[in-house]
Order: sequence, then structure tokens, then C-alpha cells
Amino acid sequence: MKSLRYKLGAAGTAAVLAVTLAACSGSGSDTDPATSGATGGSSAEPITLRVVSLIPGSDQAAFDAFDAQVAQFEAANPDIKIKSEEYEWTGPTFTAQLAGGTLPDVFTIPFTDGLTLIENGQLADITADFNKLDYADTFNPNVLAQVQDANGNVFGVPTAAYGSALHYNRALFEQAGLDPNSPPTTWDEVRADAKTISDKLGVAGFAQMAASNTGGWQLTVATYARGGRMEVENGGAVTVTADNEGTLKALQYLHDLRWDDNSMGADFLLDWGTVNQGFGAGQIGMYTSGSDIYTNLIQAQGMNPADYGATVIPLDGADSGTLGGGTIAAVNVKADDAHKAAAVRWMDFYYMQKLINKDAAVLDAKTLNESDQAVGVPALPIFDKATFDESRVWVKDYINVDQDHVSFFNDGIGAQALVPEPKAHTQELYAALDVVVQAVLTDKNADYTSMLKDVNKQIQSLIDAD
Amino acid sequence: MSSTTSRQRVTVVTRLTRWITGGGLSTLTFLLPLLLIFGIFSWWPILRAGVMSFQETNLVTSQWVGFDNFVKVFHDPSFFIAVKNTAYFALLALVFGYPVPLIGAVLISEVRRLKGLYTALAYLPVVVPPVVAVLLWKFFYSGSATGVFNTVLGWVGIGPQPWIQDAHMAMPSLVLAATWGAAGGTVIIYLAALTSVPPELYDAAEVDGAGIWRKLWNVTMPQLRGVLFITLILQIIGTAQVFLEPFLFTGGGPANATLTILLLIYRYAFQNSLGGDYGAATALSLMLAAFLAILSLVYFQATKRWSTS
Repeated sequence: MKSLRYKLGAAGTAAVLAVTLAACSGSGSDTDPATSGATGGSSAEPITLRVVSLIPGSDQAAFDAFDAQVAQFEAANPDIKIKSEEYEWTGPTFTAQLAGGTLPDVFTIPFTDGLTLIENGQLADITADFNKLDYADTFNPNVLAQVQDANGNVFGVPTAAYGSALHYNRALFEQAGLDPNSPPTTWDEVRADAKTISDKLGVAGFAQMAASNTGGWQLTVATYARGGRMEVENGGAVTVTADNEGTLKALQYLHDLRWDDNSMGADFLLDWGTVNQGFGAGQIGMYTSGSDIYTNLIQAQGMNPADYGATVIPLDGADSGTLGGGTIAAVNVKADDAHKAAAVRWMDFYYMQKLINKDAAVLDAKTLNESDQAVGVPALPIFDKATFDESRVWVKDYINVDQDHVSFFNDGIGAQALVPEPKAHTQELYAALDVVVQAVLTDKNADYTSMLKDVNKQIQSLIDAD
Repeated sequence: MSSTTSRQRVTVVTRLTRWITGGGLSTLTFLLPLLLIFGIFSWWPILRAGVMSFQETNLVTSQWVGFDNFVKVFHDPSFFIAVKNTAYFALLALVFGYPVPLIGAVLISEVRRLKGLYTALAYLPVVVPPVVAVLLWKFFYSGSATGVFNTVLGWVGIGPQPWIQDAHMAMPSLVLAATWGAAGGTVIIYLAALTSVPPELYDAAEVDGAGIWRKLWNVTMPQLRGVLFITLILQIIGTAQVFLEPFLFTGGGPANATLTILLLIYRYAFQNSLGGDYGAATALSLMLAAFLAILSLVYFQATKRWSTS
């Protein structure tokens, strides 16, 4: 009995330890896809570059178009293998990925975060590889400044710039008896049109984002459009001025639309994704957002392209402007030199070539067009306007975004001053302003003036503590 | 080498041998997976959280700051809002959500036929994945006149309600959805406990002229008090940690009306896209854990008199 118990005990221990060790070691490995079609010419193993592809939920055709472009890149660069993953930048998920070290080699971030991430040393320095690009010194200096540190070193490539636009549903306009070819040009007209739409059709005439930091973002858009500023810089000191005239006017406007006209529908906790969803579903007549959302509306929200219209945001008063922003493609700080070089080559191919090289632009437009993806989405120049206009001329045969529907934006944006987002503690400022916007939209008697003063105090203390 | 140590050493070896031959090794073998799994996934993260609460850290770089995180959290205006809202949620859940499973279980136990069917129906909401349930309820709670609940209210002549769009209605709406999702599990527990109530007590009560409610109050509840006390403290601990409903329904809105402690912890850790304040998040987690631990101790001391164990 004793020997049997010994044997059982020993066997049991061995088995348990083996199973536990196998379970622990097997969980971490990622299998690389087998390299198919790699040419035998290069002596080195192709390096695998992890890049971001599209927003999850984009339709299959969009992914097919992306895969086609990946294939084109791999054919031209046999020493690089692309491994793509779906990706959407949102405040909470980016932090988790950054902290967990799971960001791919190439990922995208908005302008607002670029400078702080550079300061915190969380983006790779790609100055050397960047300077090898032949268009490195033709960038619009304001745009390039978003990816440079104080010494001018480059930490990312600006890939897109956007202004703010007033998006409207042409079909809803028609159904409500409004002319979709003469969209509102003042805030009063927006208010009147919103009331018409909501009275006649029972849907939200005008919607405003209010959640997940987008409330503060769009409130800042509304503030800039009325000549206000959220933060003022004097010397090196930043003062938070959330209770400026522009913001007060904007909140009063929202209050009036919500409580007097009742033209804002019944759902007020909207963020970037859900407002796009509502708009794409024909539940919202008008709203403000970045000028680049067409792709999301068509790909992810299934909107009928014929219903989409975009115009510029009405500007009111001196110092008014449109909030500008953009996207940066950056490299994971943990990437080694080989991966950094490969990353810059990918970013050059996928994000930049179509902006400056005719053949690349045509190929990109053709690929997208064949998969029914949007070509000719409203955008702002990364380099200069001449280059931008030329790139549009090159691809004019493939443009499938009805330029008449967005001409109101394209024609008007040139005349609007582009104002960058507030620099200091932007996301915290937006989060604090979310609360104010939600209060105005859900509480008739919200005292937004004192709430804005609280926001001033709250964000100022964060700035002073830096 | 003194004779004492050699005797001690011999004793240790003998004791070890006796332990092994007595089956100690196999005991350890069976314990090992438990220790490993709990250690890696449960106790180690708790220890790390404790350490992080005394640091200022973004998980990449960290420095010790002593009690600063606790002070910072305590002085944050959102902290008191979160505590107030969590207490409100727990209170509402107690008043409305605590009796529901008991009444449900009593009703089901009184039914003569199809008891199994009713039990299954009561448990069905628990089986639905919580996120799916919340998305469903979010759709039902649409504030427009054509929303599901508003349409039903319209049939009885009540105007459309804003539900989660209004700061005052938001928390009760969340409690309603949370109770729907969680009551079934407790119903099952009570049903099992009810079988242990001797039927003679009910007969005696009927003889004394007791109606249904008197029987419930004077016979069922005292007999069930052991289970009831446990489920009460479990409910308090559970509702103090509510996260899913505020996060998915309203994101803490409107205007922080549904901001709870767990949601605040989430915001500290994840809301800032430039790196979360994990020190503050873990500090608040520790404060909540300590509070609940003390509450439980006080609770068990206070109810010792009435408990059955």
C-alpha cells in the first residue's frame, strides 16, 4: 500500500505540474501566418510589421480593399510582411493598449494626443527614416508641428487633417420640404431647419454629441464658431477660459433647441459612434463633427451615399474659426531600427503616396473604387492646397463621393480660419465639459455658467500641477 | 554537534516522512493547481494593486508617493458624487430589489403545477449575457414616444418618459434593469431554502387564523433568516460594486447622475487616452474593499444574535 501511494503521489504531482506548465507557456504565443509567395531573392527573413487596418465593423469590401493594398505593398517590398489588425482609437482603449504594450508597430492617434505622447516618450523617434522621404520638407508647417518635439525631431507622420463640418441628411431635408442644395449658413437657419425637420418628421432635427469626451470636443467646435476659446496662452502659461462668451452662447443655443423647440430628439448621451449610427439610420437631421466621417457613415453605418450632405459650420463674430484636427500615424516606441524603417516605408506607401504621386493616387483610388469604398471624401491639405487640388484632379475619374453634395463644405472651408484644439490636458477638459453638455440637454434648469467655472478650476489645477 | 540538535533534526525528518506517508504529498498535489491559479490571477493582482495605490504610475514608469493618491481621491469632487450615487443605487436595490426574489420564491413554491417552468422562467434573465441584456434594455428605454416602454405607457395614458436621459430617472431605471437581471439567481436560492421550512409550522399558523402575509412574515421569514442575512450582505457588497449598468447605459451620465465608485475607478484608470492614473484607481479600489470588509465584519457581529449558524 505504501509503495502504491508513493507511486500515485509521484505520478499525480508530475502530471499536474506538466499540465500547469504547458498551460502557462502555451497561452502567450501568437502564430505568424505562413509566408506565402515570399520571393527567394532576399537573403534575410522578411520582418513582420504589425499595422492597423480599419475600424471594427467596417464592411467586408473595405477590408478587401485594404488587403489588396497590403498585397501591392508586399509585392513591392518582399522583405516586409504585413500583419494587420482592426483598430479604432478611443480614449479608454488606447490607454489600455499603451499600458499593456499590445499596440502594433504602426498605429494612428489624433493630433490632440501627439505632442503629449511625444513628451512622455511613448512614440518612436523616426526622424532619420522620415528625412529620407523626398517630400519631408514640403509639409504644411502647422501640420508637421503636431508630430515634432521641441528640437524638431519627428515622431510620426501626419496622414490626414480635418476641419469641422455641419453634416446634414439630404433625404430628410427633402422630406421636410427644405432644399438640400441650400443648407443653412447661419446658426439661426440651423435652428429653423431643425425645428422644421423635427416637427414634420418626428426625428431629431439637430443632434449634439455629449458622451465619451466628444461632448467637450463638439462644444469646443461650437465655441470656436462663435469666437470663443477654451484655453488662452500667455507666454508659457495656459489659462482655462471655459466660461467664455462663445461657450455661453453655444450652451444657450443648445438649451433653446432642446427645451424651447424640442428639436434635438430624445437621446442625449451620444458619442462619435452612436451619433454617426443615428445619422446613418436617418434619425438625425443635422450635426457637427469632423469633416472626415463620410467613410465611417458609408462603411460602418450603411448610409445611402445619396443622402449625405456636408457644409461648413456657420461662423459668427470676430475671431470665429473652425476646429481643426487630424490623424497621425506613429510607430511603437518599442520598435527596433529595422521595424522603424519598415514602418516608415509602410506609412509612406499606405498613407502618403496617394497624396503626392499621381500613379499611387490613381492606383489607390482605383482599388478603393472597385470595392465601392469612398473616394473624394472632404479633407484638408497636409502639404499645401495646390498639391491637394492636384491630387484630386488625378483621381477625378474614380471619385464616387458626389462632390455636389459636399461642395458647400469644400468651397467654404478655405475661407474659414483653422483653430487647433486646446493644447493642455485636452481630454480631461473634454471629459469635464461632457458633464456640462449633458446637464444642459437633460436638465432644463442647469446652471451652466457655474458649472463652466468649476471646469475652469478643475482643469486649471491640473495645468498648474504640471 | 550536540545531542539536542541531532535529536531535533531526526524529529524533523521523521515528521516530514510521516507527513509524506500520511498522504501529505497528494494533498499538496491537489492543492497546487488551486494555489497556482488563485495566486496568479487573484492574489497577485490584489497585491500589485495594493502596491500601486502607494505609487504614481502609468504602468510604464512609477514612483512612490505614499498616501498622496488616497488624499487626491478623497479631495476629488467626483468621489463624493460617486459615493452618493453608489449608496443611492444600493438603497434602491435594497428597497425594491431585495424583496422581489423572496416574494417570487414564495409564489413559485405555492404553485401546484408547472413549478419547474416558472422556476426556469425566473432564472432565464440570469442566463442572458449581461451586456446583451443591457443593450436590450437600452433599446426599451428609448426616450422617444416610439420607444418600447413609452409605447406601453402610452396604452395606459401616461406620457413618454425620458428614462435614462433624465438625471432623476436614470438611477431607478438602472436598478430596474439590474434587478431583472439578477433576481432569478436569488429566487433559486430561496426556493431551495423554503423546502427546509417544516410544513407543520404553516399548518399551525393557519389554525391560528393567519393569512398569506402573516404566514410570510411570522413563519417564512424567521425560518429563512440565515439565508436572508447572507443574501442581504451579499447584495450590499454586490451593489456597492455596480459597474456594468452605469457603464453601458449612460457612461456615468447624464451629468454624472449615475457615476458609481467602480465607474470612477474605471475613469481614473482608462479615460485619459494619454495614460491612466492607476495609482488613484487602485487607491479608490482599496478604499472600497476596506469599507466593504469593515461593513461585513460589523454586519456579522450585529446579526450574530439572530443568525442560525
